[in-house]
Amino acid sequence: MGIERRLGKTVDWTLILLYLLLVLTGLLNIYASIHSTESSGFMDLASRSGRQLLWAGISLAIGAVILFIINPRIWEVLASPAYFTVLVLLVAVIFIGAEHKGSHSWFSVGGVSFQPAEISKITTSLLLAAVMSRQNFSLSGRRNLAAVAFILGVPMLVILAENETGTMMVYLGFLFVLYREGLPGMVLALLALVAALCIITLKTSQWWALAFLLASGAVALWYLLRHTRPMSRERRFSLRIFAAVIIALAALVFSTEFAFTHILQEHQRLRIEVLLGTKVDPKGVGYNVHQSLIAIGSGGLFGKGFLQGTQTTFGFVPEQSTDFIFCTIGEEWGFAGCLVVLILYGMLISRILSDSEQSREAFTRIYGYCLASCLFMHLAINVGMTIGLMPVIGIPLPFISYGGSSLCAFTVMLFIFIALHRQEKKYF
Amino acid sequence: MEVNGRWKVLLIGLWTVIAVLLLRLFYVQIVDGSYKLDASNNSLVYEAVFPPRGLIYDRNGEVLVGNKVAYDILVTPRSVRAFDTLALAEALGVEPDWIRERMNYYRRYRSRIGWQELQFIKQIPAQNYHRFAELAYSFPGFRAQVRSIREYPFNAGGNLLGYVSEVNDRDIAAEPDFYKSGDYIGKTGLEAAREKELRGRKGYHIYLRDSRNRKQAPYHDGDFDLQAEAGRDITTTIDARLQQYGQTLMQGKKGSLIALEPSSGEILAMVSSPGINVEILADIGRHFAELSADPGKPMFNRTVQASYPPGSVFKLVNGLIGLQEGVLKPSYSYPCHGGYNYAPGHKLGCHNHRSPLELEEAVMMSCNAYFCYVLKNVLDNKRYANSGEAFDKWHDYVESFGFGHSLGSDVPYELGGTIPSSALYDRLYGKGSWKASNIISLSIGQGEIGATPLQIANLAAIVANRGWYKIPHIVKDSEGLEIDARFREKHYTLVDTTQYGTVVKGMWRAVNSGWGSGGTANLACVPGLDICGKTGTAENPHGKDHSVFICFAPMDNPRIAVAGYVENAGWGGSWACPLASLMVEKYLCGEVSRKDLENRMINTAIDGN
Repeated sequence: MGIERRLGKTVDWTLILLYLLLVLTGLLNIYASIHSTESSGFMDLASRSGRQLLWAGISLAIGAVILFIINPRIWEVLASPAYFTVLVLLVAVIFIGAEHKGSHSWFSVGGVSFQPAEISKITTSLLLAAVMSRQNFSLSGRRNLAAVAFILGVPMLVILAENETGTMMVYLGFLFVLYREGLPGMVLALLALVAALCIITLKTSQWWALAFLLASGAVALWYLLRHTRPMSRERRFSLRIFAAVIIALAALVFSTEFAFTHILQEHQRLRIEVLLGTKVDPKGVGYNVHQSLIAIGSGGLFGKGFLQGTQTTFGFVPEQSTDFIFCTIGEEWGFAGCLVVLILYGMLISRILSDSEQSREAFTRIYGYCLASCLFMHLAINVGMTIGLMPVIGIPLPFISYGGSSLCAFTVMLFIFIALHRQEKKYF
Repeated sequence: MEVNGRWKVLLIGLWTVIAVLLLRLFYVQIVDGSYKLDASNNSLVYEAVFPPRGLIYDRNGEVLVGNKVAYDILVTPRSVRAFDTLALAEALGVEPDWIRERMNYYRRYRSRIGWQELQFIKQIPAQNYHRFAELAYSFPGFRAQVRSIREYPFNAGGNLLGYVSEVNDRDIAAEPDFYKSGDYIGKTGLEAAREKELRGRKGYHIYLRDSRNRKQAPYHDGDFDLQAEAGRDITTTIDARLQQYGQTLMQGKKGSLIALEPSSGEILAMVSSPGINVEILADIGRHFAELSADPGKPMFNRTVQASYPPGSVFKLVNGLIGLQEGVLKPSYSYPCHGGYNYAPGHKLGCHNHRSPLELEEAVMMSCNAYFCYVLKNVLDNKRYANSGEAFDKWHDYVESFGFGHSLGSDVPYELGGTIPSSALYDRLYGKGSWKASNIISLSIGQGEIGATPLQIANLAAIVANRGWYKIPHIVKDSEGLEIDARFREKHYTLVDTTQYGTVVKGMWRAVNSGWGSGGTANLACVPGLDICGKTGTAENPHGKDHSVFICFAPMDNPRIAVAGYVENAGWGGSWACPLASLMVEKYLCGEVSRKDLENRMINTAIDGN
């Protein structure tokens, strides 16, 4: 009895409930997406839904072990050995991994394949939390900033070399964590501006990019002039910095154009163009979006009903049980279904944020933000892709997409947080 | 901003993004009616559009492989409703029972088939297609599909071109995103080797379908249709007329005839006889059984897959090695009295010719004894510790001539032949206990040596170039398709260019010395063409000797090199030699002046055994 009361009070059951609802959504929709092509039952282990059910069971067991058996203190201790082990795996997989849709990022052991990049999100989060929660850590210190840049930058580069653009983009989400921990908003704005300029240059032309730069420069100038006193030392200093930044950014625009047309090789150029959507992939990935839009759009307000979808179940939408699982939701459950699923995600992420914010330990808080950022990036990129707001980048929808290693990885990541959170509740 | 307030900013950001996603979903699912379909589940129908397969051209722009239209009938068994079997049978030109049988089959396997669309009949005549099209509304579940199939304007290069046929399970499993049941794929030859370029990309039309299963307007004005992308054309190095001529010459004979352009390594003609007639290539499925049962093995590409002893043409290689090693000078002369005594009481025979000979005449008259001396001197060279070491050196030389390993050409399924290593003889005779006399037959290209006709032709090109070759290949550069860089590299043999003069002169004299001179290749002589050639007669333990000949022309700046290998035809000078020379004449002159010889060659079948 005592244990139950304690469990009831310390474990965040809301998070677990939201998690279970999402996993269940995934199982139903995976079954719907395959039921006509793989003629087998829901529980049949030969079918994808059957296997996913097995994986869900395994994930739950792992989650329980993390929550009730493993001492949560261990995560902070394990952070750096785990991080470097996974880093080694990340590099090794480039050379000895199996090729899978053009990227060398999968290990295959005894019929089960997994992606080190999937685990690296967890280990990076742990190490980032461990380093940033040290006493006296402040993002304004140069050495600290360098450490953070290393922890995030190295795996990003390796993952880029693996051709896993999607996971690389997820890493960008860690910027939100840095923002929460005190990175000046200016830096984020500047980074966003650089990204925007590159994209505009490549998507339209360098002249549009320059126009955009001038427009944002004018806004910044106006802000500057309003907030500094005329003729003051401060104003002269800021104006100089401002001019330097504008010139540097203009140079960036031109060098982007130059590097793109003269330095990059044909196939690299093509990949970037496909990513930006300026060119249609010759293998037809660009057309997936049309297929996906037809499927989702045909769902209407309430959808066609469970197992009644035609677009997602006849193989018109590729990757229908993995990256494009949201199409099945959209087609069979309609706008109402999409609304429910997105709200579930929103509640899950908000809950993680508020739990983190209430936490007394910096480690738990920072780790929670890392978790929330990863979930958010996956959600935004994946759903955005299926409805044509994002380029086609293959990353799974957390807890829902078919794939054992993805489900396990996200479960571990979430349950580490729940365990960390529970431990605080126990002692404070 | 105070850091502690930042989590609210992030929270607002999160819900803003979710709101944006929901707004977009709202627009796609509810506001924009164009994505909505009517209540029926089958309201969209995807119709595949097959791209025309790339054409295959010869080096002069003639179409070797083209396309023509064919009509297939497809069926989705689940959509089939009761229909008039007799009417359908009549429209398609098949037996009603056949249709009943198919329908029973579909019923039996209905759960496995599911909603799949299957091929019902393929390649029906145009008139049947039109009759079916008129009545199509009364046969729900059936539809016709237009696709292009292969057509061959020249009867040239059946084996080389290869054929296209339906994908099997393995093809689909290899590329499930690309191939669907009923699709076509290049199975052999160029069609297989260049499948990626030739196939193009399938497209589809999306139509709306009404509740009576009839096609209505294109969905969304065809905005979501995917255009099929035509396959890319391939230009081959083949000269269609020469190829066709070579096939005509080789009819009734077994063997190979290969012509190369020495300066580029381009294959001008590549005849494997008996071969596959192009007339049956387009519909090979129907002829497959008879082709595989043919004892002449028409599907076997002899030019790159058969490994034969090269015979006397290999003397050229040994002579050149001797010169380079310094154990032979053009002026050395050796006696020959009906052969060479390599061991007491053992003689390697030779034909009747004058004696002694110098190198040039030994090539011209193809003296066996002379080259036995040469090989003996190469292997007994005091520079090396023992014959094993000398033999390894010899082996390196021979490999540099492109023997003993696959040349790396782009002809599919090329094999490499065999050149023995000293390890083999160590095993056969015991280490250190063998010498030149044990392996003397290598001097005349016999014994433990095997070469493909392509390698033999490449030897002709090497001598023509005086010491180098480019890897023979059949695909040429064309727009948007660049051949591999390895085909542009010159591969030098280990024998210096300067050593080739005497050998070339000997080859010229073998052809151009007139009757009674002792030259072995008089039949190849065409005045003015300066053909240089070397005959070979390869002993065949299974039957009559094989007839071999290599040549090139003209002597200076050669434009063509040819190798002929005719199985069981006997003496090299009497079959391979005239055949190869006719190829040279045809290519260089366009017309053949030696009509009698041509007729005799075309009309004689060789069934020797």
